[in-house]
Amino acid sequence: MGAIQIEHYLMLSAVLFTLGVLGVLLRRNAILVFMSVELMLNAANLALVAFARHWGQSDGHVFVFFVVTVAAAEVAVGLALLVTIFRTRQSINIDELRMMEG
Amino acid sequence: MVTFLDWAPLVILFPLLGFIANLFGGARLGRRYAGWLATGAAALAFVVSLLLLMALRENGYQAHLQDFPLLGHWFDIPTANLRIGWQLRVDTLSVTMMLVVTGVGSLIHLYAIGYMTGDSAFVRFFAYLNLFLVFMLVLVSANNFLMMFVGWEGVGLCSYLLIGFWWDQRGGEGWRNSNAARKAFIVNRVGDFGLLMAMFLIFWQFGTLDFYAPTEVANVAWASGATHHSADDHATDDGHAADANEDEHEAADDHTDSPASDGHGESGAPAVHATNEHLATHERGVFGQAEALIAGELPVRAFAGVRLSAEGLVTLITLFLLLGATGKSAQIPLFVWLPDAMAGPTPVSALIHAATMVTAGVYMMVRADVLFYEAAVTSFVVAIIGAATALTAGFIALGQWDIKRVLAYSTISQLGFMVAAVGVGAYVAAMFHLVTHAFFKALLFLGSGSVIHGVEHGHHHVHDAHGVHEGESTSHHEDGFDPQDMRNMGGLAARMPLTYLTYLIGTLALAGVFPLAGFWSKDEILADAWRLGIEKAELSGYLTLGLLLAAAAMTAFYMWRQVELVFHGRARSEAAAAAPESAYTMTVPLLILAVASVLGGMLNAPHGVLGLDRLFGAHSLTNFLEATVRHAHAGSFVFWLAVLALGLAVLAILSARSIYGQGRGVSETGEDALQANGNLISWFWQLANRRLFWDEFYERVFLRPYQALARFFAQTIDWDFWHNYVHDDVLRAGFNAAGRFLARPVDMGLVDGAVNGVARLIQSLSARLRRTQSGYVRAYALALFLGTLLIVILMLLPLAGSGG
Repeated sequence: MGAIQIEHYLMLSAVLFTLGVLGVLLRRNAILVFMSVELMLNAANLALVAFARHWGQSDGHVFVFFVVTVAAAEVAVGLALLVTIFRTRQSINIDELRMMEG
Repeated sequence: MVTFLDWAPLVILFPLLGFIANLFGGARLGRRYAGWLATGAAALAFVVSLLLLMALRENGYQAHLQDFPLLGHWFDIPTANLRIGWQLRVDTLSVTMMLVVTGVGSLIHLYAIGYMTGDSAFVRFFAYLNLFLVFMLVLVSANNFLMMFVGWEGVGLCSYLLIGFWWDQRGGEGWRNSNAARKAFIVNRVGDFGLLMAMFLIFWQFGTLDFYAPTEVANVAWASGATHHSADDHATDDGHAADANEDEHEAADDHTDSPASDGHGESGAPAVHATNEHLATHERGVFGQAEALIAGELPVRAFAGVRLSAEGLVTLITLFLLLGATGKSAQIPLFVWLPDAMAGPTPVSALIHAATMVTAGVYMMVRADVLFYEAAVTSFVVAIIGAATALTAGFIALGQWDIKRVLAYSTISQLGFMVAAVGVGAYVAAMFHLVTHAFFKALLFLGSGSVIHGVEHGHHHVHDAHGVHEGESTSHHEDGFDPQDMRNMGGLAARMPLTYLTYLIGTLALAGVFPLAGFWSKDEILADAWRLGIEKAELSGYLTLGLLLAAAAMTAFYMWRQVELVFHGRARSEAAAAAPESAYTMTVPLLILAVASVLGGMLNAPHGVLGLDRLFGAHSLTNFLEATVRHAHAGSFVFWLAVLALGLAVLAILSARSIYGQGRGVSETGEDALQANGNLISWFWQLANRRLFWDEFYERVFLRPYQALARFFAQTIDWDFWHNYVHDDVLRAGFNAAGRFLARPVDMGLVDGAVNGVARLIQSLSARLRRTQSGYVRAYALALFLGTLLIVILMLLPLAGSGG
C-alpha cells in the first residue's frame, strides 16, 4: 500500500469520464445529459489537476480555471435554453427534440 | 458656220418635253390642254423638220452630224476601240423620215384629241404618243446601229403600251387587249434577235457601228457629180417633202450608173468632201468599209475559226437584218402580231401600226442599201418575202369583217410592196411608197376610226333613246355590240359625208388609181421589178412582179369591198343608222391627209409623163435621197405596166362593186356574198376569213411545243423535281432527319442526360446522406464520440507501433 499515485487519479478520471460519456449517450433527459457533460468536464479537470501536481507545474491549474469558468457559462446558457424548451414543448426528452432532422 | 442643222436635237427635244410635261403635269393641266400640248409638241417637231430640210438644202444636201448637247458619248472604251456617240444624223433620208413621222404624227395627234375625248386615260394616251415620237425620231436620226436600236426598242415599247392601252376593260376585253400587246412585243423580240446578231457581226467585222464617219460622204458619185445642187430649187407645193431639180435628173441618171468616175474632183463648199479618200478604209463607217470589203480591200475577219467570203459575210449580216425587218415591218414569217395590234385605239393603229413604226424595217434596209445591194442572195430572199407577204396579206384581207383588221392586213400587204422594192434594188421606190403609204394608210385608219367613233356614238344614241343609258361613253362595247364589225355598218356615206369622201380618196389611192399617190409609188416598184427581170434577167424580178400585180388587184378588191360594206347600201344596224359625223379635230386631219394622198405621188413624178414633171419636177425624191442612198436610181415609167396595173385595179374595183354593191354584200344571216356562193370561191373565202390558219399553224408548231416545254420546265423540272423531290424529299426530309437526330439522341440524350445524371446522382447521394441527420442528439453525440475515439486511436497507433 503506498501513497496515492497519479495513476489512481487518472483511473478515477477515466472512470468518471466514461460514466459521463455513457450518460451523454444513454440518458434521454436533457438535464441528466448536461450533468453527464459536467461529469466529463470535471473528469478532465481532475486529470489536469493531477498532472499539474505530478509535474509541479501550474499550467493545469490555469486550464482548470478556464474550464470551470466556461462550464459555468455553458450551464447558465444551457439551463436557460432548457427552461425555454420546456415552456414550449412541455418536455426535455432529447429524443423528442428533433426538429432539425434532415 | 452655224446653221439650223446645229439645232437638230430640237426635233427630239420638243416631243420629249411634251412627254415629260404630260407625264408629270398632264393631270393638273386638264384634259383639253394635255391633248393640245402633245399636239403642239408634235407640230413643233414638224416645224423643226421643215427647217432642217431647208437648212439641208442650204448645205447642198450634205449630211450633218450633230452631237446631242450634254450627253456626250454613250460608250467610249478606247481599249476596245468602241466609241458610240449620241449623234443625230441629218441627211436626206433621215429628214424624209422625220417629215413623215412628225407630219403624219401631228395630224394624228390632232385627230386623237377628238377621238379620245371622254376616255378615262386621256392624258396617259398623249404622253405615250409623244414618247413614241421621241423614240421614232431617235430611230430615224441615229448615225449608228446601236442608237437606232434604242429607238427601235423604244417604239416597240410604246407600241406595247398603246396596243394594251385599254387593258382595264371589262368582260375579257382588257385581257384580249393586253394579250395582243404581249403578242406584238414577243413576236418583235424574234426580229430583234436578228437585228442584234447583225449588229454583232457588223461590229466584229468592221469594228464600228457608225453608219458613216463624220466627214464621210454617203454617196461619192453623187457628191462628185452633183454638188451644184443649189438654192434655186423650189419646194413642191404640198408642203411635205422634196425639192425638185428639173433639169438635172438626166445627169443624175447617168452618174448613178457609173459610180465614182471623177473621185478627185472636189467642188462645192470648201468644207465639203466629194470623196472619202481623206479617210483610211478602217476609219470609215460600216457602209464605207463594206464597200471596201466587197472590193477586196479589206480582209474578212475570222470568227471562231470560220472565215466566210466577203460575199458570204454580207449575206449573213443582211439576212439577220432582214429578220429584224420582218419583225418590225410585219413580214412573213413574223407578221402575225400586226392584226392583233388593232386592239389599240385607232389613232395608234394609224400612227404606229400603219404609217410610221412599221416602216422602220423598210427604212433600216434602205439605210443599209449598200449591204443589201451587194448581197444578191439576200436581195432575192427579200424580194420574195416582200412579194409573198404582199400577196398573202392581201388575200387574208379579202375575208375579214373587222374594219380595222382589213386595214391591218392591207398594211402588211403594202409593207410587203416596200420590202419587195428593197429586194429588187428599188430603194427610192421603197421610200416613195413608204411616204405615200403613210399618207393614205393614216388617212384610211383615221377614217375607219371616224366610222367606229360614229357607229359607237350612234349605238349610245340609240340606247339613250331607249332609256338604257349605261354610264359614260368611255366604256366601250360592253353589251356585245361590235362597232368595228362591218356587218353592223352600211349606208354611212349619207351620215358621214366628209369621212366618206376622204375614205374614198384613201381607198382609190391605196388601190393605185391614177392619178392618186398610190398609183405612182406602186407603179415605180412594179416598174423596177420589171426592169430587174428584163435588164438583169433575174428571176426575182419576174416573180416579184407577178406576185405584186396579183396583190395589187386584191388590194383594190378588198378596199372596194370595204367601201361597199361600210358606206354604201343601207344601214344594217340601228347604230349605223344613227351615226353622226365626227368632230372637226377628226375631220380636219382627214382632209389634210386626203390632199396629201392625192398629191403625194408628185413627190417623185416620173420623167415625161403627161407633162407632170414640168409642173412638179421629175424624180424629185430620187434626187433628194440620192445624196444619202448609195444605190438610188430613178425609176423608169413603163407605160404598158402602168396601164396593166391600173386596169387590174379598176377591174377589181368593178368586180367588187358588182359582188358587194347595192347592199348585196352581207346576206340576212350575216354571211359574205362570196361565202354564200357555196362552191370553190366560198371555200377560198373561208380560208381568207380564217387567215389561212396561219395563227393556228403557229400555235400548233411553235406555241404548243413551247408551252409543252414550258410546262415540262415548270411542272416536271421545277415543281416535281426541284420542289417536290429536291426541296421536299431531299432537303426538307434531310433537314428534318438531321434535326431529329440532333434533338433526340444528341441534345435530349447526351447533353440532357449528362446534366440530369449529375443532378440525379447528387440528389440520390444527398438523400442517403440526409438520413444521417436523424435529429437524435444522442446519435450525434455517439458520432462525435466515435470520431474522437477514432482520432485518438489514430494518434496512438504510431506510438503503439514504435513503443510496443
